[in-house]
Amino acid sequence: MALPPGDAPLVLKLDGITKRFGALTANGDVTLELKQGEILALLGENGAGKTTLMNILFGHYVADEGKVLVAREGQGLSDLEPGSPHAALEAGIGMVHQHFTLAENLSALDNILLGTEPLSALKSARAPARQKLTDLMDRSGLSVNLDTRVSQLSVGEKQRIEILKALYRDARVLVLDEPTAVLTPQESETLFATLKKLSAEGLGIIFISHKLAEVIASSHRVAVLRGGRKVADLPTEGCDQRQLAELMVGHEITETVREPGQAGEHLFVMNGVSVGQGREALHDIYLDLKSGEILGIAGVSGNGQAMLARLISGLETPAKGTMTLENLNLDHANARTMIDIGLARIPEDRHHDGIVGAMSVSENLAIESIRKPENQRYGLLRFAAMRERARRLIKAYDIRCQSEDSPARLLSGGNIQKIVLARTLETEPKVVLAAQPSRGLDVGATSDVHKRLLAARERGAGVILISEDLDELMRLSDRIAVIHRGHLSGAEPTETLDRGTLGLRMAGHAGKDAA
Amino acid sequence: MIRFEPRGPVAVSRMVAVPVIAAVAALILAAVPMLFAGLSIFEAYGLMAKGAFGSMFAFTEMLTRATPLILTGLAAAVAFRAKLWNIGAEGQLYAGALAAVAVGTGFLSGPSYILIPAVVLAGALAGGLVMLGPTLLKTKLGVDEVVTTLLLNFIILLFVQMMLEGPMKDPMGMGWPQSEPILDEAALPKLMARMRIHWGLVMALVASLGVYFLLKRTVWGFEIRAVGENAAAARHAGIPVTATFIRVGLLSGALAGLAGVGEVAGLKGYLTADLSPGFGYSGIVVAMLAGLSPIGVVFAALFIASIFVGADSMSRATGVSNYLADLIVAMALLCVLVSGLFLRFKIRFVGTASTKEAAE
Repeated sequence: MALPPGDAPLVLKLDGITKRFGALTANGDVTLELKQGEILALLGENGAGKTTLMNILFGHYVADEGKVLVAREGQGLSDLEPGSPHAALEAGIGMVHQHFTLAENLSALDNILLGTEPLSALKSARAPARQKLTDLMDRSGLSVNLDTRVSQLSVGEKQRIEILKALYRDARVLVLDEPTAVLTPQESETLFATLKKLSAEGLGIIFISHKLAEVIASSHRVAVLRGGRKVADLPTEGCDQRQLAELMVGHEITETVREPGQAGEHLFVMNGVSVGQGREALHDIYLDLKSGEILGIAGVSGNGQAMLARLISGLETPAKGTMTLENLNLDHANARTMIDIGLARIPEDRHHDGIVGAMSVSENLAIESIRKPENQRYGLLRFAAMRERARRLIKAYDIRCQSEDSPARLLSGGNIQKIVLARTLETEPKVVLAAQPSRGLDVGATSDVHKRLLAARERGAGVILISEDLDELMRLSDRIAVIHRGHLSGAEPTETLDRGTLGLRMAGHAGKDAA
Repeated sequence: MIRFEPRGPVAVSRMVAVPVIAAVAALILAAVPMLFAGLSIFEAYGLMAKGAFGSMFAFTEMLTRATPLILTGLAAAVAFRAKLWNIGAEGQLYAGALAAVAVGTGFLSGPSYILIPAVVLAGALAGGLVMLGPTLLKTKLGVDEVVTTLLLNFIILLFVQMMLEGPMKDPMGMGWPQSEPILDEAALPKLMARMRIHWGLVMALVASLGVYFLLKRTVWGFEIRAVGENAAAARHAGIPVTATFIRVGLLSGALAGLAGVGEVAGLKGYLTADLSPGFGYSGIVVAMLAGLSPIGVVFAALFIASIFVGADSMSRATGVSNYLADLIVAMALLCVLVSGLFLRFKIRFVGTASTKEAAE
């Protein structure tokens, strides 16, 4: 990738930033520089301190030591007032958070204007704002329908609004926290094309990531954080994935490989299932999962994957068609039934659907089986047994937590996912539904998830893997089907597919007729 | 400038300290209007303390006042734990009282060991059934229970008035709208001779321990906590969310109904439409002050009751309106709500360089 001119002025400097939370040093003496028109990738595992660092930059946290310097319009570097998002915005720093900060019930335009107009203005200046945004969209290629309510937009579109929001406020530094964690490969590519265009116009960009491929493809320079410290800061050109991965993890890593397997009997079958209406509707779904295989479901976000997962999870029942597990009819099954017949569900949004944050790790590990004799007798909880089982699972699944009694919400995303994996896979289910199981997880946690899914397949379970990450799908799945606008294509062996074909099908071109 | 930084897990000591500090803060804040009313603060609070704790009579009066507050406080606490916003304890209390009177004034006859349980059960059942409607509407149709439970209060109170003016009016009541007196065999016995304190207090304390045990130790309690903290995850994990809400609704209503039973069968002996001076609403304050802890509810109820009883006594001695009690209680609630912020966030005062420069 072409570098920005070597003599481009600095737009931002983080100088010796240290931030402690109690005994934990989230950032230790981190120094970072960003030039005008440069794309800097901030690489690191979960918990390496990337987000903390960016939150200090944006004024959400105050650094214990060190300072942030920023170049204001036409000036050299000067101190940025710590702890003030307002000051950061004033100084031209725009931030796109991992979890978007949009008001769902307002239009895209309203969201962008929110906070930019004085309270004293009697009327919102829509026309000039619209003009400015149209120009911005033309220049950057970020197209969004400004009048649509945010709640009706896809994740990719919401992210575009967040970026537009920053650009509208004349940001000269744009920070994106794990921008591709919620995007499809195509959306990610579009995003990076946009970022390149913006950087060529002089915008300084920092993006946080732990995906090596995109870091190498789309950044000028990469800074690696590990354990809160900067362990490397080098031009991206000449780096390879293995080198970066090892810098990030701190030791050598091995990749998970799928051994050829032997698919067995028909296990879980969906026959002509339709449900719902609008964006999330499913039409006439045929799905046939055999034991001992991983069936991948590819698709662009928002094409019905969520509804498919809800159906298989027992949170929704088919309006038409039938679902069966080993000839057991599941048309009226609820979540309880699914658990009881041995269908494990790993939800897409693990914070929202996977755990009860205020309850302890041990309670979260027991929640699906709380009425089973091992957890209760005469309606009374068996705490000792629950704790003991929790300690065993914490060890077996390497869940990092202070103790089995700490609230689950204090755990990192990867460890929360391990809680879900532990409690669902531990019962040796016949079918595993894994919806976006590695979304937002770092290299280590992702490979852990993959190993667990492969192990389930190994012992004869059928696994349905819904993912937007094509690499993940192609690495793990025996067969892949594509979902588009609520229609599911027939599944084909992974060996006969390539990224191009899948990409086309995900965009809705062909492959739809298959059954 | 003030900054809020989120805290990690909350220590138990802090959870106890916050409501205590809030209560003290409320007393300090309430001193301001007392000063304006020309009272000496120490004398006034001294009179209040004497009014609530100064004699055996004062003390038992305070406990008598705390009895319904413990039960309505538990009703709110258990419902709020599941995020079922039952604002209707006042109506459920009257429903419980009405049922107790209906059963206890001659509908059944027999010895105490049959009549008292019958009266208690009838009251609990009536309170629970009143809460069943709003709970079903919430779970089946998504109707906001805040609105339905609140409005039901007025409907039930009017219904009680209608019954007291009509079918249940005491023919010997000299024309007053009041029910017939409860049979002696159906009345809750007094705990002490010549005092008004009655077995309702024991019932309330047992209920508090029972709710604590339920939430902490049982599968149902586990499910209530899970649904309250994250209903989506609970549903996903196969917990019967609707059934849990219905159980909580029935329990919450039943507890409020028991408060009504205590007031008619333990204290007054007959039902009038001014049985409760807002015990149902004060129960919400009690629950919030207690941080929704069933054991904390007992202490919060004692605090609120001593304020009410103490202020009555002080007002008689000084001629200052006993609305002061409402003021202190309201202040305590506000202080607790504010202190909730301190529980969840670390507050930092930051003097920023640039604002100072700007000032110069």
